[in-house]
Amino acid sequence: MTVRGVISATEAVGRVRSGDTVMVGGFGLVGAPLTLLDALVEHSDATDLTIVSNNIGEPGRGLGKLLRQGRIRRGISSYFTSNPEAVAAVNEGRIEATLVPQGTFAEAIRAGGAGIGGFYTPVGAGTLLAVGKEEREIGGVRHVLEEPIHADVALVYAARADALGNLWYRRTARNFNPLMAAAATITIAEAGEVVPVGALEPESVVTPHLYVDYLVERG
Amino acid sequence: MSDDIRLRIAERAARELRPGEVVNLGIGIPNLIPGMLEEDTEVFLHTENGLLGVGPRPLAGDFDPDLIDAAKQPVTALAGASYFDSATSFAMIRGGHLDVAVLGALEVSAAGDIANWAVPGKDVLGVGGAMDLVVGARRVIVTMTATSSRGEPKVVAECKYPLTAAGVVDVIVTELSVFRRRDGQLHLTELLDGATLDDVAAVTTAPYLVSLEESHAR
Repeated sequence: MTVRGVISATEAVGRVRSGDTVMVGGFGLVGAPLTLLDALVEHSDATDLTIVSNNIGEPGRGLGKLLRQGRIRRGISSYFTSNPEAVAAVNEGRIEATLVPQGTFAEAIRAGGAGIGGFYTPVGAGTLLAVGKEEREIGGVRHVLEEPIHADVALVYAARADALGNLWYRRTARNFNPLMAAAATITIAEAGEVVPVGALEPESVVTPHLYVDYLVERG
Repeated sequence: MSDDIRLRIAERAARELRPGEVVNLGIGIPNLIPGMLEEDTEVFLHTENGLLGVGPRPLAGDFDPDLIDAAKQPVTALAGASYFDSATSFAMIRGGHLDVAVLGALEVSAAGDIANWAVPGKDVLGVGGAMDLVVGARRVIVTMTATSSRGEPKVVAECKYPLTAAGVVDVIVTELSVFRRRDGQLHLTELLDGATLDDVAAVTTAPYLVSLEESHAR
């Protein structure tokens, strides 16, 4: 889709419907779209969500706020442990947890955006996380068949966007954002600043605008 | 575990690194290694969350919230550093482009299996990049105490904790000794800080050969 101007966070999160799978960028809170998450918490009723994010925020911060509202049905992550409240929610049966090695998690999201139907990785073979998954020996090494991850909505953060929706990321705030931007039906990008078209050097664009549907400014 | 033991393990592990290597350091003892490196051992530190060229901790007040390591602690970036997304980071890891991964463990077996992500009965809800790192890195160095806080051996015949991966560990550095895996067998290659063969035997349930080499101590 084509970005048509900057919209408000409240309007943007109106695109999230109950039951949706929502990807949320960030490694912990670094690179997380905090303005969009606050809007989701404060101005949306969408519930029963499957959240795809490396972590589930921290107690009372980022996705941790959504968790406290009881609107997360399932989490797909590599590390729930950074939010003890998420761990408690899983242990008490309030949310389902799918634990994935971080590299497999990243690659599955990349595959989701890249039209790849499945991929073999040696990571996790012979461990608890491969139980129930198809395995194949390739080059004498056991591999696990992993499936791509798609989302209905991706909420990403980029330090800088141009008015078309080309995205530039800053330092380690990049992490999962470019992957998630490609892997969802609707991508909502929260930008630290929005600059005019032409202000981003073409070689410095990390997420070309064709992936981005809605642009929101942080704050 | 005392600070002194942690520092001693880190110091010995630091001597395993060679100049120019690309290294990923896990949380805990491995992160003490940068401060222990000799001046002629420049290594390039990779962090799974998307940075090659990790520098020292920032000075107080110089903290950049967009610049953290895998433990979510503030870091700096050295000249020549680069940033990349998480799929690219793990492609580097899984594709065998890291020379070394140094990380801790609950247990390492004689076959080089490592268990370092889950304790049954406790919350088994976080794995992070550990499985990718031990499979992908060309050399895996484990830094750990010889026994657990309850006095149980950690270099074992077979791991009882859930495996992170099988057959991946190359070197084990504890406060007592260095073990190396060669030709499918575990070799005790060095005793540290006055430890004796009996000291090691008393706390190791893995079978191993005694193949003492000249110490790397300086």
